[in-house]
Amino acid sequence: MFEPSILFPSVLNGLTTGAVYALIALGLTLIYGVLHIINFAHGACLMLALYAVYFLKERLGIDPYLALPVVVPGMFALGYGLQRIVINRAGHGKDENILLATLGIAIVMENLALIFFKSDTRNIDTAYSLSTVAIGPAMIAVPKLVAFAGALVVSALLFWIMGRTDLGRAIRAVAKEKEGAKLMGIDVDHVYAMSFGIGLACLGAAACFLLPAYYVNPQVGGGFVLVAFTIVVLGGMGSFVGALVGGLLVGVVESLGGLYLGESLGQIGIFAIFIGVVLFRPEGMFGARA
Amino acid sequence: MSELAKQGGRQLALIALFAVLVACVPLATRSGTVLNFVMMALYATLLAQAWNILGGFGGQFSFGHALFFGTGAYIQAIAQLQGGINAWVALALAILGAALAGLFVGALSFRYGLKGSYFALVTLAFAEVFRILALSVPFTGGGVGLMVPLRESAANLQFGSRSGYLWLVLGFVVAALLLSWWLRRSRFGAYLQAVRDNEDAARAVGVNPFRIKLAAIGLSGAFMGAAGAFYVQVFQYIDPGIAYGASTSVEALVAAIVGGMGTLWGPVLGAVVLHVLADLTRNLFGELPGINMVIYGVVLVLIVIFLPRGIAGLGLSARELWKGGRHG
Repeated sequence: MFEPSILFPSVLNGLTTGAVYALIALGLTLIYGVLHIINFAHGACLMLALYAVYFLKERLGIDPYLALPVVVPGMFALGYGLQRIVINRAGHGKDENILLATLGIAIVMENLALIFFKSDTRNIDTAYSLSTVAIGPAMIAVPKLVAFAGALVVSALLFWIMGRTDLGRAIRAVAKEKEGAKLMGIDVDHVYAMSFGIGLACLGAAACFLLPAYYVNPQVGGGFVLVAFTIVVLGGMGSFVGALVGGLLVGVVESLGGLYLGESLGQIGIFAIFIGVVLFRPEGMFGARA
Repeated sequence: MSELAKQGGRQLALIALFAVLVACVPLATRSGTVLNFVMMALYATLLAQAWNILGGFGGQFSFGHALFFGTGAYIQAIAQLQGGINAWVALALAILGAALAGLFVGALSFRYGLKGSYFALVTLAFAEVFRILALSVPFTGGGVGLMVPLRESAANLQFGSRSGYLWLVLGFVVAALLLSWWLRRSRFGAYLQAVRDNEDAARAVGVNPFRIKLAAIGLSGAFMGAAGAFYVQVFQYIDPGIAYGASTSVEALVAAIVGGMGTLWGPVLGAVVLHVLADLTRNLFGELPGINMVIYGVVLVLIVIFLPRGIAGLGLSARELWKGGRHG
């Protein structure tokens, strides 16, 4: 049961999934770290991005990986607009209100998708969808490997933006001390919207990497929401390194859980981690104790 | 008589009037459409009232109230199918079981001081765990679900017409109204609202927030369980998606928030308004799956942005304005 020939491919598979999870969680943790809000619509936005990738491929024949320059800016714009037009106005000084507003957005998105795209599960066919590479004793699907590399590259890019650019400095300043940043001439509302936009742009990238090896239906986001929250609380709310490590870890746990407990019970492992972490160690692995 | 007591008496009279008026609907009409509408509106009201006990009066926003609904529904079905237990007894068990589920989740989350968004997400995660468990364990019938056979008789809690069900759910709604009325006047209710408004201050004056919130989630769960049991008796079917899926949780919280959290009549108002809206859209667009939820979502966002105190809050603001005008 614990033979390496079974264990190794399963762990490897988990790592490739985990990298995409990490990318999704990075977006979520960025939004949380800066705006201190939980974006409940994160999964629904990922679902929209997946549909965008799907239709670009099916209608216009654009390869999912070449769709990156379209989907990523598109999702950025969606995030920027949502924050400025809807979420910013819903707060009234209470976190719960924002959670409710993003819940409302998620409900609207998912059910509009249900109305317009129907509940069918769809996937795309690419030349490389079924090709695999051997790594040691494991056969890994090429799209999963690309997703793994892509997710790491995008994460590195995000680290660079946050650490080295003026925008990153402004975002970190606002996250740390909003009033002070305002006094230094930073447009806080703009930075909020930029952060939300970048958070959703991560989803755009995740969708492009995900779809060749995955599928899309209107409910697909729901599964990712809790997984992403699990990763974010596991890694520590607002921690980038935490999101990356947490993502890989959750990917492996899910893969091993599925192997030993079966597909549906394996998912319980993730929720158990989530509930356990929130209850017993809410600051996560890398977060500072509040 | 003090102003408060007079107001309390007026509210009680209003509740009695509401009960009598709605109870007379089946005597006034035999139209299945009308009876069905009233019954389903009452059912939606019950969901909203249950959520309101914990979310409105207690300020603890649950995103997973389906957990208690589903637990009540499954107990109702399984007690009859596998235990051969009378449906009325099963109903009591369902309410009790859902209350226990509430106490379980509450004990865990409140013991560790979960609040706000964290509490919302944990309740959602619990509901998901139960949904997956219901899909996997043998006695729930898995994804196929459970069917309660048709045996029409009042002793079986199966009524030949909608009227019986309408009176049953009206009973629950009136009980929840009385509980809310009591919450607005009793010491326990005052503690609960104090914990909602400022937990630290409440603790400083000697309130035990853990026990207060625990009692609230137990009560809230009990009413949710009653709604679940009612669902099983009316539709004679339950599956993991209906029982523990997100849509029941969403319906409960949206109606309570739209109507006005922490108020007596808010959940009734919210449930009726949403129900009318849903019916109107069905007439406009036909049976599109998901159109109801789109409306719910849009209304939720609009209310949170423009009317954070809900529709009942609108009336309250108007009254304050009127009173302010008189005094000033």
